[in-house]
Amino acid sequence: MSTNKITIFRARRILTMNPARPEATHVAVRDGRILGVGALEELQGWGAHTLDDSFADKVLMPGFVEGHSHAAEGTFWRYIYLGRFDRMDPDGKIWPGATSIDEVVARLQEEERKLASVDEPLSGWGLDPIYYGDRRVVRADFDRISTKRPIGVMHASGHIFNVNSRALELAGLLRTGINHPGVTLGDDGLPTGELKGPEAMTLVGKHIGFDREALANDEPGLRRFARLCVRQGVTTATDLANLLPDDAVQMMQRVTGEAQFPVRIVSFRRFQALTPEQAVEIAVKLKEQATDRLRLGAIKLFLDGSIQGFSARLRWPGYYNGAPNGLWYTPPETVAQLYRLALQKNVLVHSHTNGDQATEMALDCLEGALLDHPARDHRFTLQHCQLADAAQFRRMSRLGMCANLFPNHHFYWGDQHYETTVGPERATRMNACATALASGVPLAIHSDAPVTPLGPLFTAWGAVNRLTASGRVLGTGERISVADALRTITLGAAWTLKLDGELGSIEVGKRADFAVLEDDPLEVAPEKLKDVRIWGTVQAGRLFPAAGA
Amino acid sequence: MKGNVLPVTVVGGYLGTGKTTLVNNLLRAAAGRRIAVLVNDFGTTPIDRDLIVATDGDTLEISGGCVCCSYGSDLMERLMTLPTQRPDVERVVLEASGVALPGMVANAVTLLEPYRIDAVVVMADAETVQAQADDAYLGDTILRQLTAADLIVLNRCDLVNDTARERTIDWLAHQAPNARILPATHARIAPELLIGLRDGSTPRTHATLQALGAPDAASLYDALELDMPPDIDLRQLGPLLAAPGTGVLRAKGMARDAGSGVAALHVVGRRFSVDPAPPGTMPTKLVAIGLRNNLDRNAINDALRKTSSKQEIPC
Repeated sequence: MSTNKITIFRARRILTMNPARPEATHVAVRDGRILGVGALEELQGWGAHTLDDSFADKVLMPGFVEGHSHAAEGTFWRYIYLGRFDRMDPDGKIWPGATSIDEVVARLQEEERKLASVDEPLSGWGLDPIYYGDRRVVRADFDRISTKRPIGVMHASGHIFNVNSRALELAGLLRTGINHPGVTLGDDGLPTGELKGPEAMTLVGKHIGFDREALANDEPGLRRFARLCVRQGVTTATDLANLLPDDAVQMMQRVTGEAQFPVRIVSFRRFQALTPEQAVEIAVKLKEQATDRLRLGAIKLFLDGSIQGFSARLRWPGYYNGAPNGLWYTPPETVAQLYRLALQKNVLVHSHTNGDQATEMALDCLEGALLDHPARDHRFTLQHCQLADAAQFRRMSRLGMCANLFPNHHFYWGDQHYETTVGPERATRMNACATALASGVPLAIHSDAPVTPLGPLFTAWGAVNRLTASGRVLGTGERISVADALRTITLGAAWTLKLDGELGSIEVGKRADFAVLEDDPLEVAPEKLKDVRIWGTVQAGRLFPAAGA
Repeated sequence: MKGNVLPVTVVGGYLGTGKTTLVNNLLRAAAGRRIAVLVNDFGTTPIDRDLIVATDGDTLEISGGCVCCSYGSDLMERLMTLPTQRPDVERVVLEASGVALPGMVANAVTLLEPYRIDAVVVMADAETVQAQADDAYLGDTILRQLTAADLIVLNRCDLVNDTARERTIDWLAHQAPNARILPATHARIAPELLIGLRDGSTPRTHATLQALGAPDAASLYDALELDMPPDIDLRQLGPLLAAPGTGVLRAKGMARDAGSGVAALHVVGRRFSVDPAPPGTMPTKLVAIGLRNNLDRNAINDALRKTSSKQEIPC
């Protein structure tokens, strides 16, 4: 019998996500794991314990599991936040949304004064000019701040930069005669400073503080990401597309292994510039390097691009505005071969599919691979899977596939989807959480942070309410209940990571990971779910108040 | 940088069409020209082993001073650093991934000042290209690849009979009316078409073309060498040579520019470019290569006459 100490936490209410014992008032913790949950007298039988009343007026839930995020959310907070909507930084400071281009410029001006050297770049992120009417942001706007130092701001989508003249000049782009769809030209024949897509962005990136080297292997960024997780009640977060070079793995092992590191990071190896054979071999080796707080050995695969970038692959009738179909990022032969080998070696694969044609291809490829390797419990997951229809969810269910849908899109881009990208019918069907659940597809929902802010309760609110930024409701038929939404951000996401045996519910034997809430998400009005206040987390029995993060 | 732009040949086409074989053929024909081959990945050995001299991470050193690098998702990054890392490189062959759109890749290259697109070559498999173009997933991608081509290499012609080949050529000509179509087996085409004619050398037509790889290559191609009037305007000559009907697959010529320097005209299929030639370059004759029986000497002579300033130029 263990002699380690037992702590029994008393709470106002404990929502366990275990249907056999859905609610309780006390949870006993030993060795970072849950010894029991129930009434105090039921737990006292485990022996000597300390009764902790810290959470007597709080509500405990299983620690939230963010099934699709990127640690880059922590990296981006080194830049100036310029988004349209309020956003909380790792210090808990709320950055108010910028309501106009002038406000964006004013905020940059204010930060510019703090820079010491004259040619140091000024970098921002989160810009979303679609909310500022038809007027585009142009280099003249940022030239008002400085023409000496390069200035660059990444859009909220992550797919566009706006830069000033100096940045264009350094990138060799302040010239006439450019003919590229990613470089918008002004009446003078010179670039306006809006640069779309990876090629044009790469050219200026290193001049405006967004070089890849600075973004990779970012230790301070990982620490900031962890603090954001604490503030959002997240105890396990995915870092879904990392190239995981050796030095990054070593850094992540060291940092996550520190006694006070508050989150379990599940980092997927991005499939890129590899054969399926190489990718699976790398994943198997990475699995051997996993620790409790750094889970490794799964693969992330991209099949297509994004809907708002018109690079997602759509089935007939394609884009609402007539844009040509999007791009394949991986050919079907390669997808099928990767699935086959991964099934054979028991390697988990999550596949990015935004458009419904990409989803269809993934289903076809998995169906074929399963004939060769009939794995019973593969948990292969479609990430985003935003446009899947009911028939596709039924197929997913039959093939044992999980879906991790993206309800945050409704709020941030739902109006654009309705009006421009896919049109009213498909916009109201997007991220069909209710259909997924009705079809028996294991469901998770996600933020894709930093694309949208990390915050599982906000994401749950999105799935429950399906509201756009303008207040339009996108399909009441696909709304899910608060209880279902809470399950998807805990046990649902854990299932897609094959971690549901150790995480996702509060029951004996599991990790003592809790989201500690000031308000009861089952008592607040469903439209207030995103406003539930978060005290912080308990991770493996360790207390992490947001106030101290 | 001006006068020293690196020509880039983009090689596109779906998986299994012979892109890698073509690239290896080009490297074997490099004959001292320093070519940098950029490939998406080293997954399936991109370069024949006997050509590799040394391996260093994402770079393979190739006999004869060539090099092969992988770029993954960082093509632009790779292109930006290449001229400083390998100042000796004279030409880039960029092998696009199987689902990449070579037109978009070429367009991205144009953002970089030290480069010019020499040609977009798209490989097609004579046996499967039409079926692929009908594929629900891949069809539009295959067609977008083909329509971006300056030259389409219709490969694996040995696997189909003459009727099927001709039918496929007709179909390709309909789908990609601006591209020149080259039937081939084992991706064997005249390497000069892609890696260019040597500067300043008078092409010893038969000798050059007999060394092409295909045993009957000499009978496949024809080359012409024509005097250019000293007052030729290369910018007007370019589109005339690149127009359908001349049969020109590649042409090259140096002439005095409007300014004081010498300019170089490069034509590959429907694409042409006029760039300042490196200092010290002397005017040359016009050299043109095309398929035998297809290269139209009269049409080329007409083009030359029309673009001499002594002639009336019809608008």
